Amino acid sequence: MAFNVRKQPGGVVVIEVDGQLIVGNRQELKQQVLDALEGGARKFLIDFTRTGYIDSSGLGVLVSLSKKIREEGGDLRLAGLNEDLKTLFELTKLDTLFAITESASEALAAF
Amino acid sequence: MSAPLRAHLARREDAAGDLDAELRLFVPSDVGMVGEAVELVARHLEASFVDRHTIRFNLRVALSEALANAILYGNCADCHKGVSVRVLFGRHAIEMEVTDEGGGFDYRYLPDPTLPANRMRPYGRGLFLIRHLVDEVRFNDTGNSICMILRRT
Repeated sequence: MAFNVRKQPGGVVVIEVDGQLIVGNRQELKQQVLDALEGGARKFLIDFTRTGYIDSSGLGVLVSLSKKIREEGGDLRLAGLNEDLKTLFELTKLDTLFAITESASEALAAF
Repeated sequence: MSAPLRAHLARREDAAGDLDAELRLFVPSDVGMVGEAVELVARHLEASFVDRHTIRFNLRVALSEALANAILYGNCADCHKGVSVRVLFGRHAIEMEVTDEGGGFDYRYLPDPTLPANRMRPYGRGLFLIRHLVDEVRFNDTGNSICMILRRT
């Protein structure tokens, strides 16, 4: 299972990405978030603590989800990026688009 | 569901320099196979290459990008077409060649994905990332084959 989805007591939907977020599984992540959005959720945290790598398709799906969530008045946060993953966000300047925190607990506290 | 992928390995007895082993792999045009193809290549190279971090991250991301481009743009996700992967490798160098069955593209004119106007686009970062993650990138004249080179001492 690549994604572990759970809803926190405060209403935050937490999605843990296990392994990788790439062209082959990005649609699954997108659908999970869109379904939760459709169900009324507005706060989302994607946790990359257990993620080895992300490709540009994975980055692309995060960009489109961020846009969609914002249009619905919601909030998307990212957490747990290791140094390699941080480099991807910095190279592509996507670190300027996302609210990124070191840990999931910090992100949860910031909602 | 596609059949499991199989890599073909060979020694290159007459190879000049460090690239003394070769891996070949055929990947069907199915983005669902990209993760498996990347893991297969990475596992075979991990034991022999000098820098595990390069395999764990740079190689995985770059190969995933090249396969995604080949399947989605080169082969237009046509399930009757496939992608050929040829990897020459040794202890200090890796050359990964990914070739699709498409007509190629002009790799010289790609918009900069980091410009503010392009940053919100969900696509257009693949080749940009490859160029940052490997040491050298080459294309054939047609533009349907990319060769990505990694070197470590």
